[in-house]
Amino acid sequence: MAGTDIGWLGLAASLVLVAAAVVVSRTQRLRLEREIVVACGRGVAQLAVVGWGLAIVLSDTTPLIWAWTWSGVIVVLASRTVHRRAPQLPGILQASLVGNGGCLVVSFLVAFGLGIFPVEARVIVPVTGMIVGNAMKTVVVVSKRLEEEVADRRLELEARLALGWSGMDAIRPAVRAGLRLGLLPTIENVRGLGLIFLPGAMTGLILAGVDPQHAVLVQLALMFLILGAAALAATTVALITARRLFTADLRPVPILRLATDEGR
Amino acid sequence: MILAFGPENSLAGADAEATAGSAPLFSFEGVAIDGVARPRLDDIWLTVRPGRITVIVGPSGAGKSTLLRCCNRLEVPDRGRLLYAGHDVALLEPRALRCSVGMVFQRPVLFPGTVRSNLLAARQEATEAACAAALEAAELGTDFLDRSVDELSGGEAQRACIARALMLEPSVLLADEPTSSLDEAAARQVEQTVRSLIAGGRSVLWVTHDRAQAERLADDLVVMDAGRVVTGGTGTGSAVGRAGEDAEAPRVDI
Repeated sequence: MAGTDIGWLGLAASLVLVAAAVVVSRTQRLRLEREIVVACGRGVAQLAVVGWGLAIVLSDTTPLIWAWTWSGVIVVLASRTVHRRAPQLPGILQASLVGNGGCLVVSFLVAFGLGIFPVEARVIVPVTGMIVGNAMKTVVVVSKRLEEEVADRRLELEARLALGWSGMDAIRPAVRAGLRLGLLPTIENVRGLGLIFLPGAMTGLILAGVDPQHAVLVQLALMFLILGAAALAATTVALITARRLFTADLRPVPILRLATDEGR
Repeated sequence: MILAFGPENSLAGADAEATAGSAPLFSFEGVAIDGVARPRLDDIWLTVRPGRITVIVGPSGAGKSTLLRCCNRLEVPDRGRLLYAGHDVALLEPRALRCSVGMVFQRPVLFPGTVRSNLLAARQEATEAACAAALEAAELGTDFLDRSVDELSGGEAQRACIARALMLEPSVLLADEPTSSLDEAAARQVEQTVRSLIAGGRSVLWVTHDRAQAERLADDLVVMDAGRVVTGGTGTGSAVGRAGEDAEAPRVDI
C-alpha cells in the first residue's frame, strides 16, 4: 500500500510554516514566539514517545493485553482530567471512571461484537482515544454545569426544593442544560462532516492511501460511536453525581467554588 | 425514625391544631448550629405563635436566615430540636414539611417560562381555578397567567413567587428578606400582599434587616444578633434589648 513516507527531512520542511508563524509573531509584536516554539517542542517530544510506544503495542507480536491496558490508562487519565476541572463535585472521579469506562465498553461491544471493526491493537488504541477524548469533553461540560448549579445558582435549586421537590427533580434542569451544552458540539461535528472540514481519521486514512469511499465509511462509523458514547458517558456521570449532591433529608450538599479551578 | 407522611394534606391535622391558636407554631428548644469563627445559631429557645406575622430582625450575619431555614429543613440543628405544631421536624418527611411550610427568597426565583408554568411546577395537576385563586391571594390579576417571567417587574415577580408558594396551600409562609431586591414601592406592595395572607388563617415568618419594615409589619417581633435571640415582644414599639447586652441567650416566649 503506497503510503505517505515523510521522514525527518519532510518534518523539517513542514517547520517552514512554523517559522512563518514565528516571523509573524515577531513582526507584529505578538510575543507568542516562545509559546509557539515550546508548544512545537512539546508536541514533537510527546508524539515521539507515543509513537514509540504505539509501535511496540501495535506490533503483530505484542499480545493484545497491552492495547487493552493502554485503553485503560486513557480512561483513567480522562477521568482525572474531569476531576481536575470540577474538583468540588463529590465522587466525580469514580463517576467519571464509570462513565468513561462504561461508554467505552459499550462502544467496543458494538464495534467488535457487531463486526464493524476487527479486534486488533491498531483499532483498539486509536478508537479508544477518539471515543474517550470526546466523551471526556462532554462529561467536563456537564460536570461544570452541575457544579455551577450547586455553587453559584443555589437559590434556584433551593426554590425547587422548597416546593417539596425531590433532589433528582430539583437538579434535573441543570442536568438537562449541561447535557445540551455538552452534546451540541459533537452533534454539530456530525452535521458538518465533509462540508466544513474533513475529519482527522478520514484524512489520515486517505493520506495513507486508503480508498476514500472506505475511509468515509470508517469515519461515519466512528462518528456515530463517538456521538452515542458521549451521550452515554455524560448521562451516566450526571445521574451518578446528581444523587450525591443532596443529603438524605433533601438539602444541597455544601459546595464552594474555588477560584483556582478556572482557566486551567 | 422517619414518619412518612403522604404529600397531600399531610399535616392537615397538625396545621389545624396550630392555627387554632392553642399550640405554638414553631418551638425552638436549645437549637444550635456550629460555625467557623462562632456559632451560627447559639442556644435558641423561641416560641412562634400561629396566625400572625412574626418578624425576625437583626444585622447581617445575625443568623436570621439560618433560623428561618431550619423551619423548612434547609438547615438542620447540630444540637437541640425544633418542633413544628408539636412534631419534631427531624422526624418529618422533608417533602411533606415543605408542602406545609412554603418559602420565598431574597430575590424572585422564577423558573423560565410563563407564570402559569411556574404555578403548575408547584402543583402539576392544579386546576385553572386553583391557579387563579393563588394569583388573587398574591394580589395579581389572572391576566398574569400567560405572561412570560421576563416581562415581570421585580415586585410582580416576587408576588408571582408568593402565588407559586401558595399553590401547595401551606399553613406557613417563610419570607427570607423578600423585599431586599425591590424598590420602595414594590416592597410596600409585597408587604401588603403578605399582610393580607394572615386573614386566610396563615402564619408568616418574615426575616429582614430593615428595622423600620420590621416595626411596620410585625405582630410579634424577634431581635437577633450574633446567632442569638436578643429579645422578642409583641406588637410594634415594644422595648427591644440592645444587642450584646445579654451575656447569655434568654429563654424567650413571645
